[in-house]
Amino acid sequence: MYDVIIIGGGVVGCGVARELSRYRVKTLLLEKTNDICNGQSKANTAIIHGGYDAKPGTLKAKFNVLGNAMFDRIHEELDVPVQWNTSLVVSFSLEDHPALEKLLEQGRQNGCRGELRIIDEAELRQREPNVGQEAKEALLVGAGGIVCPYELTVAFAENAAKNGAAFLRNAEVTAVSKLPNGHWQVVSAAGTFETRAVVNAAGIYSDVFNNMVSERKVHIHPRRGEYYILDKKYKDVFHAAMFQLPTKMGKGILVAPTVDGTVLIGPTAEDIEDKEDKRTTAEGLAKTLREAGRTWEHIPTRGFITTFSGLRSTGDTGDFILGEAEDAPLFFNCCAIESPGLTSSPAIAQWTAEQIADRLELAPNPAFDPIRKAIPKFREMSDEERAAAIAADPDFGKVVCRCETVTEAEIRESIRRPVGARDIDGIKRRTRAGMGRCQAGFCTPRTVEILAEELGISPLEVTKFGGDSRILQSYLFEEGKENA
Amino acid sequence: MKYELTCINCPMGCRITADYDGKEVTNIQGYTCARGKAYAQTEITDPTRMVTALVGVEGSHAPLSVKTQSPIRKPLIFDALKVIRGTTVKPPVHIGDVVIENVCGSGVNVIATENVG
Amino acid sequence: MRKTDILIIGGGPAGLAAAVGAYEAGARDILILDREEHLGGILKQCIHNGFGLHTFQEELTGPEYAQRFIDQVQAYGIPYQTETMVIHVSADKVVTCVSRQNGLEHIQAKAIILCMGCRERPRGSLGTPGERCPGVFTAGTAQKFTNLEGMLPGKEVVILGSGDIGLIMARRMTFLGAKVHACVELMPYSSGLKRNIVQCLDDFGIPLLLSHTVVDIHGREHLTGVTVAEVGPDLKPIPGTEKEYPCDTLLLSVGLIPENELTEMAGVKIAPTTSGAVVNEELQTSVPGIFSCGNVLHVHDLVDFVSEEARKAGVNAYRYVQGELPESGRAVPVEMGFGVGGIVPQFVSETATGTVNFMFRPRNVYRNAKVIVEVNGEQVLSKRTMILAPGEMVNLNLPAEKLKGLKEAPSILVRIEVPEA
Repeated sequence: MYDVIIIGGGVVGCGVARELSRYRVKTLLLEKTNDICNGQSKANTAIIHGGYDAKPGTLKAKFNVLGNAMFDRIHEELDVPVQWNTSLVVSFSLEDHPALEKLLEQGRQNGCRGELRIIDEAELRQREPNVGQEAKEALLVGAGGIVCPYELTVAFAENAAKNGAAFLRNAEVTAVSKLPNGHWQVVSAAGTFETRAVVNAAGIYSDVFNNMVSERKVHIHPRRGEYYILDKKYKDVFHAAMFQLPTKMGKGILVAPTVDGTVLIGPTAEDIEDKEDKRTTAEGLAKTLREAGRTWEHIPTRGFITTFSGLRSTGDTGDFILGEAEDAPLFFNCCAIESPGLTSSPAIAQWTAEQIADRLELAPNPAFDPIRKAIPKFREMSDEERAAAIAADPDFGKVVCRCETVTEAEIRESIRRPVGARDIDGIKRRTRAGMGRCQAGFCTPRTVEILAEELGISPLEVTKFGGDSRILQSYLFEEGKENA
Repeated sequence: MKYELTCINCPMGCRITADYDGKEVTNIQGYTCARGKAYAQTEITDPTRMVTALVGVEGSHAPLSVKTQSPIRKPLIFDALKVIRGTTVKPPVHIGDVVIENVCGSGVNVIATENVG
Repeated sequence: MRKTDILIIGGGPAGLAAAVGAYEAGARDILILDREEHLGGILKQCIHNGFGLHTFQEELTGPEYAQRFIDQVQAYGIPYQTETMVIHVSADKVVTCVSRQNGLEHIQAKAIILCMGCRERPRGSLGTPGERCPGVFTAGTAQKFTNLEGMLPGKEVVILGSGDIGLIMARRMTFLGAKVHACVELMPYSSGLKRNIVQCLDDFGIPLLLSHTVVDIHGREHLTGVTVAEVGPDLKPIPGTEKEYPCDTLLLSVGLIPENELTEMAGVKIAPTTSGAVVNEELQTSVPGIFSCGNVLHVHDLVDFVSEEARKAGVNAYRYVQGELPESGRAVPVEMGFGVGGIVPQFVSETATGTVNFMFRPRNVYRNAKVIVEVNGEQVLSKRTMILAPGEMVNLNLPAEKLKGLKEAPSILVRIEVPEA
């Protein structure tokens, strides 16, 4: 019997788990896939939005601004990389000036903190000398920043686990129903559970769970965005996240540095039907480059290290759907969370947890420890720190991922931590091993070995992301005998 | 019978055609130099290949690399591979050690190409 | 701080030969650092034959070829440290490395020879659309799994790119019981050796699809197939030519990139055409005392040439340590004329002595062409060839006395002249 079951281990689900762990409460998070941070939370633009974009009065506007203000504390408490590098919304025609003015006004109404003003071409070029020739002026958003979305999600989960929340992965929820005693029954691949409250943080599938319990039907469709990532070599081409003036479909294609030093270009915005269709397409990738070319002329194709796509959970109302469902008591929605979802996630989590605490009359957890330390990053250490790290744990002396300088010690720790890595992609998100320019060609054989060792499984059972995503098919020789 | 082959002696990769009745190669065409003609002659009458492969090592999943000491007749390749694949060695083994004698009656030994143990 | 005369980064074919070269020239204070458990570099996994015809006049497999050099290094008593990763090189030749056994070390060298080799271009750099599922490997990673670890990635294979590693892996996978359905090459020609096309593809009836590429990758949890399409002269897929190939393994052999992160840290100038260091005829980089050779300098076609080049780098590093490298005088740039790609060296000293060796890759396939070297508009070398192809390096040796006009020359021009149609 649980007090709260959270469906979905994305940034919102894990954030709610952490915020709930501030109370005396028995929480269980159920994640469908082999790992947390495996959907929208892993494939997005990694921006902390300033809050100028959402229509005033919407939940998006409210939680964007609230969430934005929480990132300094997140950085301090959870050791998550955050950089306030500002955002620039660039216009390419002086005729667009009123549109920029409108954004500026919107930002003011939303309560966007920090500097917010329109800069002319001269200032724009002085700040960003590599911006395209057509650029005319820009909205400068001082409260714009960047964050590592994986580390944010993992940090929420680790801290929640430390403070008592339970996590189950490979636990797809198939049914949620009301029991005669007024509690909820949640049927999952990992067992059937009884709980007083349910949080629906199922991302792209959050409509499914709402619709299981509520007559106020919700429809969510995937809006796919395709991205390129460029090598660290180009990290200084732009300092700010470079937006283009938004369109109806989204904030347009941006060019933005990431906290890891790579450059992100994207996303497109394409409405699709299939909630699992995370392919990249020739058209989408071409469009990404074509449109980004206005911001960054002559994008160096030699610099590409990978492409990916992500699905946004786009709802019918155009806004987030949050809070207790009217006709389903103690069923709390975190639905239709698309951009600025990542930015809003800490505030959504806090607010949702407060709602639940209020309804369940939860007492504060006196043992709550808000602090989570990141896995020490060898690549960011000074030589003295490195020497000390190796002295304390010789596995720091073994570099496994050459491109990102990730050591065996970091990889082992990423597996051993609470809610630790279970597969190759999980290690990648927690340590960056395999995320560099060779895209795991060099480190995969060793990471497979380490995972097998740590999890006590055969290397043949090691997967890229759970399920049937095995890396290898068979041994050639069974410990000396021919493998028939 | 008509034969068509690509000469492997240089990047030209001449397309050579020839006739072969089981005894004599005739009507060799398409080569540019003498090496090409000679290649066609041998490749048609008695094609041979070096075979490099892997054998098992006792107590380990990691294999040991081996090769035929000299080229063997091409039609024997897959028979030889089957025998090689079914072989397990006990360390230590050194480069040049004979792993299989006279593989498939070819008159050629299979030898280790790396050291183990 | 630990000190050494000559520090060699990388214990693959280049590093081993550089050490042997330096030792034989007289050096006695040499140290090789390698990140792997054993010396030999990529040769350890290249278990096929075809190595050493130039160097040893016999056909060896990769491990055998490497062992010849390892034996020599051990016989000379040259120290080496494995499982040691170099993480920084400074312009004043301080190398920072880490290992389990020694922790973090700084080593001051008098000369450094960069022998880090190259890495494979990954899928991500191609921007091939589709799913991001397992089953897609670079050919070298798959080779490591099969040949060193004894594990098979899959049984139904398509190979993208017809570089030699891809061709070699087509045969290896066939030998291991897999079915290779096709080798797909974007260009209208293969960059692999003819011998490998015949003996790795033709022998087993594996089709080589020239002017084709993979345009889509299928399979949510694991690779289930790829879509292959023909490309036009612009190398863009031609709509309507798509064909599906069911497979569980896609191997990529789409190019090698010299691994020059450390080189750049040391402030060494990089040539965009080779992605390796800019060097002079002594293989010395723009930072005095730092030398570069092997695949980290430019991607070679034959390991024999790597060894030859590395020996030279070893000798010159020792000469540098001894203060015997002649004052180089003005460095004359080498210009790449028609048909010439990625030339090494990029500079020749006007006071060059001995034999100057030029290596480059032709930009295309040229028949009956001439390779010409010009100084001050005068042809100092003209060599007729039957065929030139991007897959095979052109290796020119020019006696330095032929370059005496260099003193007045603004540059040396190397070009290809094709016969008029």
